[in-house]
Amino acid sequence: MTLPPPRTPKIENRESKIAPPAPVRTLIEITGLDFYYSEKKALDDIHLRLPEKRVTAFIGPSGCGKSTLLRCLNRMNDLIDGTAIRRGSIKINGIDINRPDVDPIELRKRVGMVFQKSNPFPKSIYENIAYGLRIQGINTKSRLDEVVERSLRGAALWDEVKDRLHESGLGLSGGQQQRLCIARALAVGPEIILMDEPCSALDPIATAKIEELIHELKRRYTLIIVTHSMQQAARCSDFTAFFYLGRLIEHADTRTIFMSPSNPQTEAYVSGRFG
Amino acid sequence: MDTAKNAPENPFRSRGGALVWRERALFSLFRAATYCILLCGALVLGNIVFKGAGTVFSSRFPFVNTTFFTEAPETLHVFEYEGAAHRLGDRDYRAFRATETARAAAEGRPAPRFTNEQAIVYSAGGILPCIVGTLLLVAGSMTIALVLGVASAIYLSEYAKSGPVVRVIRLAILNLAGVPSIVFGLFGFGMFVIFFGWNVSLMAGWFTLAFMVLPVVITAGEESLKAVPRGFREGSLALGATKWQTIRKAVLPCALPGILTSSILGIARVAGETAPIMFTAAYVVRDKLPWQVSEISDFFFQGVMALPYHIYVVSSKIPQNEHTERVQYGSALVFLLLVALIAAASIILRARLRRAYKW
Repeated sequence: MTLPPPRTPKIENRESKIAPPAPVRTLIEITGLDFYYSEKKALDDIHLRLPEKRVTAFIGPSGCGKSTLLRCLNRMNDLIDGTAIRRGSIKINGIDINRPDVDPIELRKRVGMVFQKSNPFPKSIYENIAYGLRIQGINTKSRLDEVVERSLRGAALWDEVKDRLHESGLGLSGGQQQRLCIARALAVGPEIILMDEPCSALDPIATAKIEELIHELKRRYTLIIVTHSMQQAARCSDFTAFFYLGRLIEHADTRTIFMSPSNPQTEAYVSGRFG
Repeated sequence: MDTAKNAPENPFRSRGGALVWRERALFSLFRAATYCILLCGALVLGNIVFKGAGTVFSSRFPFVNTTFFTEAPETLHVFEYEGAAHRLGDRDYRAFRATETARAAAEGRPAPRFTNEQAIVYSAGGILPCIVGTLLLVAGSMTIALVLGVASAIYLSEYAKSGPVVRVIRLAILNLAGVPSIVFGLFGFGMFVIFFGWNVSLMAGWFTLAFMVLPVVITAGEESLKAVPRGFREGSLALGATKWQTIRKAVLPCALPGILTSSILGIARVAGETAPIMFTAAYVVRDKLPWQVSEISDFFFQGVMALPYHIYVVSSKIPQNEHTERVQYGSALVFLLLVALIAAASIILRARLRRAYKW
């Protein structure tokens, strides 16, 4: 077995590092957000604007609130008893997603999520992708076939699984399972994809494939990635936000965060002195 | 190469003594205890098989006593006539007596006299109505228990917010599991037979038995639902599924094998308990099968015969003699086989579900 050649950064990415991308439209706007687990304050006065069709990485040591903030964006925290946003707002396309007339079910169709541990259902590959459509009542075979193929192609998995669509999704390798979960999220047609440490359980080769996929996906989707790997943040994000103890310490384009951070805590973290 | 003489002393040599002996003694004790249990089981099973096999199986094709499985219990008539001993079921006895009387009348003799005549109830014929009744009781009560039990397990583990109310409910369920079965029988009698006016009926038996196994099903259901990885729930919800869709399509299929596993125990209990059905569902005798009724409602609101109750009746409610053993042990053996069969069927079902939904 031969090791793959060292990856050269994509041209597109290098350009974006040389010249920061032209000002882009803000898709998500977080203002003064305070978030509590029961009485414990997990997020403290977060102000953040996230650009459309770019990759933003959330970095920071464990327990800094980055995953909590991510899960606020599709209201997954609603499912945990005792959580509450006490102050502030999150607006997507100008709509406050915590407004009473926002249905979290509809929100989650537009804001997909990929989890740390790949979690395909114990069903066939095909049914995993079709799941999101079936729950919306779409059962037409031709429509499902079309979406399954499109989503699998979108997640760069089609060529690997096209001959075994009806085998269990759990028979795939870890990296393939994670791409299956990405494909499953793409199938419901989201605008935003949240990724919660998508590569933390994967080997470097599988990680490289996911990162390549992230580069592809940002042409059509807005991506937000929580990651523990600073190399990953540096490799595949356009913007980086550094969190520490529930506060947003610094948010800038990725090159600035890693090359010349303005906050000493950021500098200490990205240079590996703590965290 | 070292010789034995100048080899270093072995530091790992056994120290022997009391410790080793205690090990051995304890180990033998545990082994003896296990074998003791095995022996008891073998004795019980062997006794039933030995005494019941003659009734259930036969030496000629098809090697089972078909009469025993296809007919209703009859009165056994034992008598001597013209120097020969006869053992006949009720219908055969009547036919025999009619032909003999007719023959005697034709020949101008007085009516035949049977000597040493004995009539032993329920000891001839078969036990088909009991098998049918037990199967119906198991099927109906397990259906009710699974529907109610899984529903409450879903409520308790997925919807209810943990708090004092849920704690009280859980405590009540645990208590229910400890209630003796005769008390369930009394409850069913008071509630379904008298208060609801269902009389002694299949319906009353179904609900009484269902309530008896509910705690098992609910507890098993909750445990199985909890064992389903959180990732399946989150994955489904993140795709825009409602809570019910998530439970229905992503959680419940994975929990079913576990629920079934514990329900197998419930099945054995439902099939085996006599106390809950003796006031609520069991008839001592019913000539017709449950579905041989003029109105559909009679299917639900008539009692049935059941194997455990039949065994109880033939072994304690009728005078005992050498002719009654046949049906007692025959029924017991059939009963054991039936419970084993039902359990095997659910184990196969569980294995298939588990193959389809393993993670």
